[in-house]
Amino acid sequence: MRFSEETLALVNKIIRRYPEGKQKSALLPVLHLAQAEFDGWLSPDVMDYVAGLLAIKPIEVYEVATFYSMYNLKPVGKCLIEVCQTGPCWLRGSDDIVHHLESKLGIKVGETTPDGMFTLKTVECLGSCGTAPMLQCGSKFHENLTTDKVDTLLENLKSTNQRTSYMR
Amino acid sequence: MPKKLLLEHIDVPSIETFETYRRHGGYASVEKALKTMTPDAVTEEVKKSGLRGRGGAGFPAGLKWSFLDRKSEKPRYLVCNADESEPGTFKDRYLMEKIPHLLIEGMITASYALGAKTSYIYIRGEYMYIVRILERAIEEAYAAGFLGQHILGTPYSLDLYVHPGAGAYICGEETALLESLEGKRGNPRLKPPFPAVAGLYAAPTVVNNVETIAAVVSIVNGGGDEYAKVGLGKSTGTKLISASGHINKPGVYEIELGLPVEEFIFSDEYCGGIWKGRKLKAVVAGGSSVPILPAHLILKTAKGEQRLMTYESLADGGFISGTMLGSGGFIVMDETACIVRNLWTFSRFYHHESCGQCSPCREGTGWMEKVLHRIEHGHGHMHDIDLLVDVAKKIEGNTICPLGDAAAWPVASAIRHFREEFEYHVKYPEKVANPKHFELEPFRSERLELSNA
Amino acid sequence: MVKVTIDGIEIEVAEGTTILNAARQIGGDVVPPAMCYYTSLKDSGGKCRVCLVKVTHTSTKDPRPMPKLVASCRTNVMDGMVIQNITSPEVLEARKGVVEFLLINHPLDCPICDQAGECDLQNLAYEHGVAKTRYEEERRTFEKIDIGDKIKLHMTRCILCYRCTFVADQLTDNRVHGILGRGDTSEISTYIQKAVDNDFSGNMIDVCPVGALTDNTFRFKSRVWFTKPLDAHRNCDKCCGKVVLFTKGDEVLRVSARKDKYAEVTEYICNECRYDHKRLSDWVIEGPRHIDRNSVISQNHYEKIDLLKLKQEIERQIDFEKGKQLPEPNQSLTA
Repeated sequence: MRFSEETLALVNKIIRRYPEGKQKSALLPVLHLAQAEFDGWLSPDVMDYVAGLLAIKPIEVYEVATFYSMYNLKPVGKCLIEVCQTGPCWLRGSDDIVHHLESKLGIKVGETTPDGMFTLKTVECLGSCGTAPMLQCGSKFHENLTTDKVDTLLENLKSTNQRTSYMR
Repeated sequence: MPKKLLLEHIDVPSIETFETYRRHGGYASVEKALKTMTPDAVTEEVKKSGLRGRGGAGFPAGLKWSFLDRKSEKPRYLVCNADESEPGTFKDRYLMEKIPHLLIEGMITASYALGAKTSYIYIRGEYMYIVRILERAIEEAYAAGFLGQHILGTPYSLDLYVHPGAGAYICGEETALLESLEGKRGNPRLKPPFPAVAGLYAAPTVVNNVETIAAVVSIVNGGGDEYAKVGLGKSTGTKLISASGHINKPGVYEIELGLPVEEFIFSDEYCGGIWKGRKLKAVVAGGSSVPILPAHLILKTAKGEQRLMTYESLADGGFISGTMLGSGGFIVMDETACIVRNLWTFSRFYHHESCGQCSPCREGTGWMEKVLHRIEHGHGHMHDIDLLVDVAKKIEGNTICPLGDAAAWPVASAIRHFREEFEYHVKYPEKVANPKHFELEPFRSERLELSNA
Repeated sequence: MVKVTIDGIEIEVAEGTTILNAARQIGGDVVPPAMCYYTSLKDSGGKCRVCLVKVTHTSTKDPRPMPKLVASCRTNVMDGMVIQNITSPEVLEARKGVVEFLLINHPLDCPICDQAGECDLQNLAYEHGVAKTRYEEERRTFEKIDIGDKIKLHMTRCILCYRCTFVADQLTDNRVHGILGRGDTSEISTYIQKAVDNDFSGNMIDVCPVGALTDNTFRFKSRVWFTKPLDAHRNCDKCCGKVVLFTKGDEVLRVSARKDKYAEVTEYICNECRYDHKRLSDWVIEGPRHIDRNSVISQNHYEKIDLLKLKQEIERQIDFEKGKQLPEPNQSLTA
């Protein structure tokens, strides 16, 4: 297991943002890179590799990776769809969006389609309350959603057939 | 035309680029501060401005700066809190996305005032696309000589980096943010020591919200005294309000503090009134953690005075009949909104976001969510309502950080002002079985209707 | 030295003393309980919130009260500080709340828990809890796991005091377990099956305030109050070798470090002393161990028996093992 040369250079650049001996500060950004490069989730092997890169104990990586909600600790579908469901989004119909996605994809929240294409997740406030309801897919925010917009998005994702990532 | 200090040029095409931003007077505060002012003189202007922290707590920014341990041998840090995650709040995202150089400029000027040689912008991980916007802006600023060694030929040097989080509301609490920036779990620290003495890497640190730092630009450009003339009383300046919920025009608005709440909700300049021609039921005025108020108490204080968008006016009446300006997350609910269900989503949020470090918050937030879930789904008991009040009371004030209070206040206030609605859920489980129950038939409370009349 | 008043009792303590330790210097009822603080573990404390007290007078210089209750274990005293613990209804109410929070997801399985009888949570609940729970929801549960061959982790009982992680960080050179997850789903874990394995790992059992980390070699052997604790020592090249033997007859059921009256280990011991010397003959017996904090154990008051009697008792037990007729203890002593 190894980052590409390009990513390794970026990792080194990130480490240099922090004072000497404080390379642990780079952990969150480097875990983001790792998740993007290694199939969208953080396996124990990936986390051990990151621990080695930053010269910290593996448990320090596990403690952090399990704390933050953006790190996937299990494999996820190619496209991770995260629908905001907190108050302001709920007020403007996020429930309808979730139900529509469930019926369209034939899965429940938290599940992955059998073909491994989509994982559906509900999340808490993404800071897009003024353009509710909304969902995040990769780094992109899809706002002011209607069921039609959701359908178009799903079609686009299917035809692009690319793994979504926060880093793109 | 209302006074605009932050968003004046927001609609200028390509204002996100250095060139356009500079052409519209951008980076003047850096030139003024670095070339004509001492760092302490900049701090003095911020003090004079009366600027209060825009992240939610409203602590005077100049005072916070003056606490910074300037005798320490360690390097000093300025960290920008861009971990905007309070439900109802999206103003920082708007500002960073549309006019990123305003934040970069503020960071440089503020860093100079504080003597920071390295500064960080800690941004929530979900805003990853904005990380790229900010990094591009920072690159441009380096290229133009506003960052790096000897800025504008002065002895002052500064490096500025963007650091993404990874999904944790708690990292908006400043000590949790610093832990996270050090590559750890976002567990808030016990205070004292305060960050001003032992913050990032145990060095003196100031943590300020995005909007606070952006406001420093106009304070330095126009002078603290001029800034203090904008606004009302101790609520000086302008404030970004994130308006959401059942209104015609959700979005981010820059208001001059002192604007009547009624005007903000109903004027076409701002929220544009309640959508679908419905009636106003309730408002959460400062982000999900502040007390919810029914229509009559958000428009007027208990004394019958017009409620204004200021720290003081919104707080009038304390927690009995008032609320807080908080982060300016203004969530409006129409007559079809179910207060219980909305509260349940808030409680679920705080339960999800509790770091789990201290027992009242770890255990209490989950407990409240579960009880609210039962009530909302028609499985509640009458005694659950008082149980919620009591659990909230036992969390409030007893936790390491303010997340406990943030989880307790919405519960306490919703029951205080809308108790009948909770009782209705217990009494008529069959009527609340449909999640859209009050959309089918709005809940009527005689008591509230009398108050609203 | 600074002067402080706790529940009306004045005391002079060294500067930098915490409120909790100042109260411990007074002793008795004014001492706040502590579930996560541990004097010898750096950075411990502040989390469980049972030690909250009210500061009604910050200092001589600043007579204002502190706005919120403070964690006495992590708040330093100042000259002229006035503190209320058991004299403040607000403190007692808050403490009752914290105890309730600690118990809502606790399995309350004391009847089958090896920690029962010497459990800080049991004592705390006994003193501050209520008889009936208001919690109707499903309790959180976890699978029991072994972390290393000698330590049983029963996460369901854990109150997340973090003490065991501090032991691993501060007493051993390679921490492999930690706090994983967030909020009320946080857990102590190694994440992937990894044995906690080093010479001092057994101390995690001793610092655990509840039955979350227990000694596999003692598991279900005896209720702790049926054992007789003896102070004993041996020459050990890894640690101080000073221990407490929990014995039944001539059998050593468990070895632990010695604890003070606040249940804090005074000197940590190594795993060899803890696990590998389970014969009385391995040890130099110093005498009965006085334990006064845990109500159940101290009921026996056996330590008042003098050494000679104890020796006779041990011999009597040994004789019994050998199959000899055992006279009633009272008869043998009075005959």
